[in-house]
Amino acid sequence: MAPIVLDGLRKVYPGKQPVVALEGLDLTIDDGELVAFVGPSGCGKSTVLRCVAGLEKLSSGRVLIGGREVQELPPGKRDIAMVFQSYALYPHLTVYKNLAFPLRERHVPRVRRDAEVRRVAEMLELTPLLRRRPGQLSGGQRQRVAMGRALVREPMAFLLDEPLSNLDAKLRTQMRAEIAEVHRRLGITSIYVTHDQVEAMTLGERIVVMRDGRLQQAGTPAEVYENPVNLFVAGFLGTPSMNQVSGRVSRGLLVAGSLRLLVPGAPDGDVVLGVRPEGLSPASVDDDGLCLDVLVSHVEALGNENLVHARVTGAEESAKPLVFRSPPRFSPRGGDQVRVRVDPSQLLLFEQETELRVTLAGPVVAADERHVVA
Amino acid sequence: MSHPFSSPQSHPLSPPALVGPLPEPDLSDRRTRRPSPWHFLLLPLSLVMLTPLVWMVITAISTPAEARRFPPALPTSIQWSNFSAVWTGSPFGHWLVNTAIVSVVVVASNVVLCSLAGYAFARLRFRGSGLAFMLLLMTLMVPFQVVLIPTLLIVKSFGLIDHLGALIVPNLVTAFGVFMMRQFFVALPPDLEEAARIDGASRLGVFLKVLVPLMGPPLATLAILTFLSIWNDFLWPLVAIQSPENMTMQLGLSTFQGAHLTDWTLLMAATLMSQLPVIVLFVAGQRVFVRSIASSGIK
Repeated sequence: MAPIVLDGLRKVYPGKQPVVALEGLDLTIDDGELVAFVGPSGCGKSTVLRCVAGLEKLSSGRVLIGGREVQELPPGKRDIAMVFQSYALYPHLTVYKNLAFPLRERHVPRVRRDAEVRRVAEMLELTPLLRRRPGQLSGGQRQRVAMGRALVREPMAFLLDEPLSNLDAKLRTQMRAEIAEVHRRLGITSIYVTHDQVEAMTLGERIVVMRDGRLQQAGTPAEVYENPVNLFVAGFLGTPSMNQVSGRVSRGLLVAGSLRLLVPGAPDGDVVLGVRPEGLSPASVDDDGLCLDVLVSHVEALGNENLVHARVTGAEESAKPLVFRSPPRFSPRGGDQVRVRVDPSQLLLFEQETELRVTLAGPVVAADERHVVA
Repeated sequence: MSHPFSSPQSHPLSPPALVGPLPEPDLSDRRTRRPSPWHFLLLPLSLVMLTPLVWMVITAISTPAEARRFPPALPTSIQWSNFSAVWTGSPFGHWLVNTAIVSVVVVASNVVLCSLAGYAFARLRFRGSGLAFMLLLMTLMVPFQVVLIPTLLIVKSFGLIDHLGALIVPNLVTAFGVFMMRQFFVALPPDLEEAARIDGASRLGVFLKVLVPLMGPPLATLAILTFLSIWNDFLWPLVAIQSPENMTMQLGLSTFQGAHLTDWTLLMAATLMSQLPVIVLFVAGQRVFVRSIASSGIK
């Protein structure tokens, strides 16, 4: 177990039109920490993992595992283990031999090898499957074998490249819990790459949001969710994603559609007002809080709650619809006119041009006495 | 009382898997049912292809007088003496051993060298690899007759003329074999190799312990095709070998043909004997042969 330091990682794929896959990535992953890299396809998250593993050669930068520079070492000498999206189990070997493979390659004596394989098999409930080949296993069992092969020699760092992508939703939830449990028990420094924000949020002690090869934000799931540094992070995390309304600030007054808000400390210019679905809630007609009148377009009934998609009354047709959650008993129909309450404490402001978050000097409040503008 | 959903009648569109075990597919029934219209074309074609083989067998067991009949007919008695005459009257055993040596060495070297070269072209990044592969592919377009003389001069410079080495060295590795193995490696996802490298295996270790066990079908195809081409090769041995004791089977067979007279019974008996190892090999490994050719995409 050891900290991992990524120092100025840069990776460029050469060619007629060179592709910059990573640009100036700096990050320290503490001893025993599980950090989840998340981002859309092509953002460079898997490239980070492959560079740490030694499967890709860095264009520049350093990788330190346990204080030792490893960027020039071959993958087998870095003392890391990796779980692949495809599991990459050796199809001609039994589960036992798959688990024993890394130990054999390191010339671990047969008796100790056997003991280690059986220990890991016991931990991951693979003992009854030891004589089977990968082709005879279910998706979840293969995933556990892949985990076992990575864990069997107790590496200094553990790399997981979208290990749950090939599983169905139910099994994914179960395996997520198992991975969290294994990490809690062994405490191995881990990098977990996923495009699934739920996986990242639930597994990662810290999450790292990537975009176009650059680190956007790193922090605890709560920090990144509640205080996104830019519009990309704000929009990427959260399901449904954050509602965004364009507006303009002039001398501390924000006008966004029918909303008029006082935004202390905000610079003048075009902005985007963001509010997560949980920042909006159904309101009564006589609610005197900060409210919006909206026209419901459709409702997704999820059982425990409804997701209401609506458009601000009077807004242009091209304006993005708002989404908010409502309890099952509040179930409007498409075409209904309803009133939603906006929680001012959950409003976030971003500069439209730079997409960076605007830090306000005080709380957001409605600009006029009536508060209701629509 | 059974659960309503466990009843086959619960829903008229229930798939069989939900209501009980799938019935065993009756393949034998399917095979013996009405013949396909294609059979009317394929059966006569099969007969056309079988005719020379049957004719060869009939001639091989006939007397010279019976062999001259047309259309051919079954002999009155089987002439086993034709086979013994071939064996005693010519260095047939020598030819058999020579052909076996050349075939085994060439097949073994092709299996090893073509797979290594194919792996290098598919996986290793080195300067000029694309150009080298293009040049290799270009050699596939050139007929052997064009390079016959240059090859002969090169082999002569090695001092291998009239030596089995002349038949082995030019065939140690073939462009077709390299191309075929390279295509196999290109189609193979790299995850397995990367996993093995992370697990601590060297490049060669990855190749031997992870890839070789997966190379069964393409290697079998390569081995079979190489074996057949070497076993049946005539032109290059004709140019490179002169001494009867260094001849291979196909070259030896030509000695049964004279300028003015050919003993067809002996020639066909020798031909049948020369093909026996190939036929035995095919019958023994028919399943592997068909599967490997099918999986390699070669027809």
